[in-house]
Amino acid sequence: MSNELIPSDNSAIPVHAPRATDINPKAEKRAEQQVAILFALSGIGSLLLIYSYIYVANDVFIFIPIMGDQNAQQLGIGIGMAMSLFFLGIAAIHWAKTLMSDKEVVNHRHEFRSSDSDREEFVKTVKEGVAGVELGRRKLIKRSLGAALALFALPPVLLLRDLGPLPKKQLETTNWKAGTRLVTDPGNRPILASDLEVGAVVQVLPAVEHPDERALSDIAKDPVLLIRLRPEDFQLTPQKFAMTHDGIIAFSKICSHMGCAVALYEQQTKHLLCPCHQSTFDVTRGAKVIFGPAARPLPQLDITVDAQGYLVARAAFNEPVGPSFWERNSQ
Amino acid sequence: MKRLSRYRRHKAAGPLLLIFALLAIGTTFSVASATVKSAPTAFARTAAIEEGKQIFLKGCSSCHGLNAQGGAVAPSLIGVGAASVDFQVGTGRMPMADMSTQAMRKKPVYDAQETAALAAYVASLAPGPAVPEDSALNYQRDGSTAEGGELFRNNCAMCHNFAGQGGALTEGKYAPTLMGVEPKYIYEALITGPQSMPVFSDKTITPAEKLSLIKWIKSAEAEPNLGGATMGRIGPVTEGLLVWILGMGLLIGIAVWLTTRAR
Amino acid sequence: MTSVENKLGNAANFVDERIGAAGWVKKSLNKVFPDHWSFMLGEVCMYSFIILLLSGTFLTFWFDPSQRDVIYQGVYEPLKGLKMSAAYASTLDISFEVRGGLLMRQIHHWAANIFMAAIVAHLLRVFFTGAFRKPREFNWILGILLLTLGFVEGLFGYSLPDDLLSGTGLRITSAIIQAIPVVGTYISFFLFGGAFPGVGFIPRIFTLHVLLIPGAFLAVITIHVMLVWYQKHTQFPGVGRTEKNVVGHPILPVYMAKAGGFFFVVFGVIAFLSAVASINPIWLYGPYTPGQISAGSQPDWYMGWLDGLVRMAPPLETHAFGHTISWNILIPALIVPGIVFTGMALYPFIESWITGDKREHHLLDRPRNVPNRTALGVMSVTFVMVALINGGNDILATNFALSINQIMWFSRIGIFVLPPLAFVITKRLCLSLQRADRDLLLHGTETGRLLRLPHGEFVEVHAPISAEKAFILQSHEQSAALEIDDVDSRGVRRPGSIKNKLQRRLSKAHAVAVPKVTEQELKEIEHH
Repeated sequence: MSNELIPSDNSAIPVHAPRATDINPKAEKRAEQQVAILFALSGIGSLLLIYSYIYVANDVFIFIPIMGDQNAQQLGIGIGMAMSLFFLGIAAIHWAKTLMSDKEVVNHRHEFRSSDSDREEFVKTVKEGVAGVELGRRKLIKRSLGAALALFALPPVLLLRDLGPLPKKQLETTNWKAGTRLVTDPGNRPILASDLEVGAVVQVLPAVEHPDERALSDIAKDPVLLIRLRPEDFQLTPQKFAMTHDGIIAFSKICSHMGCAVALYEQQTKHLLCPCHQSTFDVTRGAKVIFGPAARPLPQLDITVDAQGYLVARAAFNEPVGPSFWERNSQ
Repeated sequence: MKRLSRYRRHKAAGPLLLIFALLAIGTTFSVASATVKSAPTAFARTAAIEEGKQIFLKGCSSCHGLNAQGGAVAPSLIGVGAASVDFQVGTGRMPMADMSTQAMRKKPVYDAQETAALAAYVASLAPGPAVPEDSALNYQRDGSTAEGGELFRNNCAMCHNFAGQGGALTEGKYAPTLMGVEPKYIYEALITGPQSMPVFSDKTITPAEKLSLIKWIKSAEAEPNLGGATMGRIGPVTEGLLVWILGMGLLIGIAVWLTTRAR
Repeated sequence: MTSVENKLGNAANFVDERIGAAGWVKKSLNKVFPDHWSFMLGEVCMYSFIILLLSGTFLTFWFDPSQRDVIYQGVYEPLKGLKMSAAYASTLDISFEVRGGLLMRQIHHWAANIFMAAIVAHLLRVFFTGAFRKPREFNWILGILLLTLGFVEGLFGYSLPDDLLSGTGLRITSAIIQAIPVVGTYISFFLFGGAFPGVGFIPRIFTLHVLLIPGAFLAVITIHVMLVWYQKHTQFPGVGRTEKNVVGHPILPVYMAKAGGFFFVVFGVIAFLSAVASINPIWLYGPYTPGQISAGSQPDWYMGWLDGLVRMAPPLETHAFGHTISWNILIPALIVPGIVFTGMALYPFIESWITGDKREHHLLDRPRNVPNRTALGVMSVTFVMVALINGGNDILATNFALSINQIMWFSRIGIFVLPPLAFVITKRLCLSLQRADRDLLLHGTETGRLLRLPHGEFVEVHAPISAEKAFILQSHEQSAALEIDDVDSRGVRRPGSIKNKLQRRLSKAHAVAVPKVTEQELKEIEHH
């Protein structure tokens, strides 16, 4: 070994060995045929697409191993399209690789920095231009320009004002009021306390006059989860215990973290789990957060029964439901 | 015979014999009981309860207590009803093979006859939900798929996933897949609330609504693949995996081929 | 001359006589592109973007971006008669009543996923090979901008069908916006046109998704590609490749045929995925109402790490003076991603500050030769991977019989422990690889043949490596750490000594390397 291991002159590109297609006419012919076959495959794909689009009904299903029953039309159009595109590309690449010149070429780079004289001239031009404005001397113009520009920035923001209404108290309030009946969702039926067995859970909404016309923005804050436990299972403050009725406890179903529907109720552990970010709430302790990112318990709805024995809210929620927001004033 | 006797001392011989014996007894029993079934009413019920009690004492009482009053590791069965027993034993969840986090579906240990006897015994302890009659399970006739879908997404999808494929609960527990579950067991699970699952009583989800639910689950189960392989119907996770493994894998593979010199 | 060539010549003549294009076209056609598979990743991005434009346009012909209520009366039985938004109903119609519509929807979605995957892969290639160094810092920043745009465009895209999963994603988006101190609630109300889910969001994000953001994409991609064109592509070191040249295939015909063919290949692969694998089966999710949820509600993969970070966040909120600040949302969803993206955008300048290297670089680094950068890259990838794993913790839990609580704790600890660990391990690995290079250069490759020497000793025969390979192993430069004194030549303390100290430290860490083989050493080896 010697120093020539590291070529001192690295401007020379090593000469590549010629390809089989360069020296062997047979190989060249073969490559040409291969390219033609690939183009033909692409054509077959296009035909398959056309055939499937026109002649295959959309309710025909065929069994494909591993994949199961597949819609024949969707599969035919898809595979046809994939073939027609894929083999077109493969053919072009194969053509380029085997039959087009594979000689590498050298381009030279230039430095991106402009020549010194250009740069000097540029600087000079800019300086002269700036000096011509004489901002430094005309203080009044400078100040008024600044003020105008600052004001100029406001209208574009203001013009977006009518995108939506002001929040007002919408995040703080729900449609629950004292005396609102709890009705099943879907079904819209009022619920007797005796309808719920121990271990039962039911999603309810506040009764409204036109249940078919509920706005989604109401469904985004009104859902409540009713859960029945044995009264002795609760470990609540007397105040919170008074909000339950005969072992039935009601929580907002909207997660206090990011507003997903908290609904995975584990009957044995009496935990509620949110499927979005796995915040876990202990129902027996007033939906206290025992795991996950939620920082607040789920708001509890004060419930009782009315004269007919149907479950009703005794009062509105005493705190905003759903995720936190800046104006949220909680104790 | 000689070949058989050679295996006499094989360590599997004992258990195998036992299984054969049990099978033989079971067959005899079911043949015998087939005649009992037609015998009317009160007497048959008492007999079934007595038989169920015997099975219970042998197979269940070590955990659930001699009088089904429950124990340290297992809940009381008083008042759980026949439906609960039919679900737990019929789906093989009970008896539990080991004390893992959750009983899972496996091959049932008891046959239909024994399960019915066990159910009769537990039902005799205190009133509870009964096993639904076949006539009450005609979901094809009495259910509505669209309504069932609404109910499913409101009450079931949060644990069992949007397509009934199952999902995770806390501490290693899970909601099992609903694919391939018999309508009767779905119905029983709804009214009894097995394990982590809450109870969906008839007043809050009416029997008709339950049939709609079952109809939707069955329609999801039977739905052919409309857009290609479903990859488990568990959402974007498998889609992301496929993008990297198959999509990017193929494209990078082709890029490597594209940039290597032909020989 | 064949007749085809004749016609082409005529056409060229026609164009040139009108716009005089021959000069720069000739120059452009002589452009040279070096060959390496990793240089095709950027093309995958560009091609999948074109596919997104094509398939997206197809979808707009039928999609109705409206939140108006309709009763579904289409062919999909399980949803018949349900109340839903026109957006969702029209997406169902595209899927079931337009021939090839479902395929096109799937092409659009798969292409989006491929687009983001290719951007990430391309970014990693550029990072690990040091292609972002001067003069390409602008293009690096444009790339980060494209990645960011991709996140937003993707989120808007999969939110448009207004199914249960996308609605859940929007619910989380609105909660993140609400969490912004002072203005969050207002921004959320204005964006959604009222309290969530509002009445205006779908039509608004539709306009952003099909007009504004694609327009921005198109503009930035154009500049990005033009800069590559103008600055010429980087190349890997090799014999004949210098900082002053670029070696490869000319644009006509080889590169044109290969790159053009590759477009069809990318389209073909995406069409194949769309034909055989279902993506986002919105008909199973059902229409969105906020009271419903599905187990395993995940975002698309590129958002998964953000969701994972949100999941592992500690339950922190500040309540004071009648206001609430949700750190459990702000930190994982806004602050950490903000730091990550800013850090990425500034990295070329940070590195050149550390190394003090202000020269142009057109030859790529082999990742092992810059251990610090490589380790930093692997560290960042590890960070994202831990978060991503946690983003799918429920799916992992059900499929591998694990507990979500365990995975969550693993991630909470892992997010702090594993990235630094990955840094250390990678750096060591890079140095070992450098050592292996050095050994290879000095002793050649092991042949596996044993030789018995006259005095009985066995030695393995080593074969010298080829000159080309040797060149590659030796071609990188090693620069010493910066020497910065706290005091200047007159003994006066310089300002910013903490900054100096930091720079000195980082520079020292950056310069750690296994010394290259010297000529002296090669000579000595020769004598043996």
